[in-house]
Amino acid sequence: MPDMDAKASGAAVVLGVDGLDALVGLLVAGGYRTIGPRVEEGAVVYGPVRGVADLPAGYVDEQAPGSYHLTRKKDGKALFDWTVGPHSWKRYLYPPEQLLFRAERRGGGFSVLPAAEEESPLAFIGVRPCELAAIAVHDRVFSGSGVVDPGYAGRRDGAFLVAVNCTRAGGTCFCPATGTGPRARTGFDLALTEIEDGKRHLFVVETGSERGAALLAGLKAPPADGALLATVTRLTRKAAKAMVRDVPKDTPQVLKRNLDSPRWDDVAARCLGCANCTLVCPTCFCATVEDTTDLSGGVAERWRRWDSCFTSDFSYIHGGVIRREIRSRYRQWLTHKLATWSDQFGVGGCTGCGRCITWCPVGIDITEEARAIRAGEGRAGEGRR
Amino acid sequence: MTAQVPTRKKPRLAVWKFSSCDGCQLTLLDCEDELLAVAGAVEIAYFLEATRARIDGPYDVSLVEGSVTTAEEKERILDVRRQSGVLIAIGACATAGGIQALKNFTSVDGLIRAVYAHPEYIATLSTSTPIRDHVKVDFELRGCPISKAQLLEVVSALLNGRKPALVNAGLCLECKRKGIVCVMVAGGEPCLGPVTQAGCGSVCPASGRGCFGCFGPKEGPNAPALSRRLTELGLERSAIRDLYRGFSGSAEAFREESKAHD
Ligand code: SF4
Ligand code: SF4
Ligand code: SF4
Ligand code: SF4
Repeated sequence: MPDMDAKASGAAVVLGVDGLDALVGLLVAGGYRTIGPRVEEGAVVYGPVRGVADLPAGYVDEQAPGSYHLTRKKDGKALFDWTVGPHSWKRYLYPPEQLLFRAERRGGGFSVLPAAEEESPLAFIGVRPCELAAIAVHDRVFSGSGVVDPGYAGRRDGAFLVAVNCTRAGGTCFCPATGTGPRARTGFDLALTEIEDGKRHLFVVETGSERGAALLAGLKAPPADGALLATVTRLTRKAAKAMVRDVPKDTPQVLKRNLDSPRWDDVAARCLGCANCTLVCPTCFCATVEDTTDLSGGVAERWRRWDSCFTSDFSYIHGGVIRREIRSRYRQWLTHKLATWSDQFGVGGCTGCGRCITWCPVGIDITEEARAIRAGEGRAGEGRR
Repeated sequence: MTAQVPTRKKPRLAVWKFSSCDGCQLTLLDCEDELLAVAGAVEIAYFLEATRARIDGPYDVSLVEGSVTTAEEKERILDVRRQSGVLIAIGACATAGGIQALKNFTSVDGLIRAVYAHPEYIATLSTSTPIRDHVKVDFELRGCPISKAQLLEVVSALLNGRKPALVNAGLCLECKRKGIVCVMVAGGEPCLGPVTQAGCGSVCPASGRGCFGCFGPKEGPNAPALSRRLTELGLERSAIRDLYRGFSGSAEAFREESKAHD
C-alpha cells in the first residue's frame, strides 16, 4: 500500500473552487482515472468526473431507515453537502464482476490467459472518513494476512485518495461511535474540508502523503490560517454531535452470548433476506466464483461476482444449504459486522457509514437490532438456537 | 498450459409451445449474433416458430414454452416428456402459470361469458398451471420473457456438460452489482425485487420502475414483510393483491401473498 500512514502533515493550505478544479485537472493530466460524486437516478453515486462542474453542487441528501431523498438547495453552491450514497469505493477497488481468467481451446488442448490488467491508476475525489476506514479494512482483508489478492492490490496501490471531511451529519450514519469520522486523520493523500457560508466558498486542504504534497505544490496555494483551521474543527465537531446512533464497546461480547436471543426471530419476520445491506456495505467482501463457456466450447471464463451471506448458495456445501432461514442469515451478517470481524481481522467490520440502514428496503437498523438484543438479555431461553 | 479436451456431438433440440404468447421462443430467434452459433451447435429438430421442417423424436433437449390450460395440453405435455431427454420449461407461463393464471383466482365460466361471443366453443381448464405440475422438469428459465443471456447460458452449459451459472437469489443482488440506484428506497416506487428471482438484468429498476415479479419468487421470499412496506408506501390492498398475481400468480409464495390481500 502507498505510504499514507503519516498523520495529516505539513501546513494546510487553502484552495478556492477554481483551485479544486485545477487539482482534479492535475490528476486527469497525470493519467489517473478520476472517479467522484455525480448525481444520477436521484442519488449521489460515484462515477467518472473531469472537474468541479461534474460535482453535485447544491445537493443535500435526506436519509432515514429505508429512505433516501436528494434535494437541490436553491442557489446552493456547496459541492460536498451530501454525505454518502448507495455506491462505495469498493465498486472500483473490488469491482462487482471481475474476470479472473479466460481459457481458449487451442488444437487438442487449451491455454489459460490471465485477465487483462487494469488500464490506468484510479484517483478518488471526495472519499469520506468512514470510507477511508473501510478501505483500510479491505487492505487488511485482501492483503493483511500475507495472502495478497493481486487484483485488489494492483488497483489499490496506485490509487490517489482525495478525502473530504463531513461537516453535516447524514441521517443514518454514526462514525463517532465507530471512531472513524467525521474528520479524516489518516489514510488519504489529500483531505478537504469545504467551507461555504454565503460569504466565502473555499477548501482547507490537509496533506497526508508525499504524493499529495507533490501534487499540491503545483497549485501554489496559500497556507490556511489558525482561524480557518479552528473552523474545520468546529464544523466537524458539530457534525459529530448531530449523530445519535451508538454501538457500545462491549457489543461483540453482548452479541456472542446472545446467539439464541428471541430478537433474531423478531428481525427475521421483518427482514427480506434481500442482501442489500451487505452489498452496499463498504467493508463486505464476499463473492462467488462462476465458470462459463461460450456455445462452441472454445472459450471458458472464470468470473468473480459480489455475493452475500443472505443468499442460499452462500452456505451451500455438499448435501445442502446450512443457513436455510433468514434468521440465521441475519444473525451471520450482524454478528460478523459487529462482533466476529474484529477476531478475524483485528479491526471492526463496521465503519458507521449508515448505508445498510438507509438502503434496507424495510429500514432495519443494525444499531437498533444490537441494542434490542442487549435489552433482551436474560430472556434468551425463550428463543431457539 | 495445455491439456486434452474431449470433442462432442450435436444434440437434437425441440421447442414446444403451450398456452403462451410466443415471446420466449422469439427470445431464441432474437439471439442474433449467437443464433448461427446455436444453429451450428445443435440440430434444431422441431421449432415451428423458426422452421416448418421437422424431424421426429426423441429429442435430446426440449424447451417448453407456455402453461397448461386445456385438456389437450395436459395430454400433450406427457407426450413431450416421453420424447425428451432434458426438458427445460421456459418463461413465466411454463414456470409460474403466466398472466393467464389470473383465471385461477376467479370463476372461469364467468370469464368465458364475459370475453367470448360464443362461449360454447371454448373448452378450457379452470386453471393455468406450470409445466412442473404435470411432468418432471429438469430446469426452469424464469421471466416474461426469458432472458436471452440466461437462455444462452443454459444451452451452452448443456452443450459443454457443466452446471449453468444462474442465481436463485433476489433481484436486489443484480441491482447492486450493476450499481442501479434502488427505486424503492430513493424513489418510493413499489418494487417486488426483494422477493423476486434475479436474472432479468434489473430491466425495470434500470428504467426507474419497480419490479413486477415476472421472474417469480426467489429462494426463501419473505413476501409478508415486503407487503407491509408496500402498504407504508401507500399501496392499496387491492394493488398489492394484483401486483403479486400479475405474472407469476401460480407460484406458491406469490399466490398466497396475493390471496392474503383479497
Ligand atoms: S455495517 Fe452498515 S453502517 Fe457499518 S459500515 Fe457496513 S453499511 Fe456502513
Ligand atoms: S456480513 Fe456477510 S456478506 Fe458481509 S463480509 Fe460477512 S459474511 Fe460476507
Ligand atoms: S436487513 Fe434489510 S437490506 Fe439486509 S437483507 Fe434484511 S431486508 Fe434486506
Ligand atoms: S430497485 Fe427493487 S430490486 Fe432493485 S434493489 Fe431496490 S428493491 Fe431491490
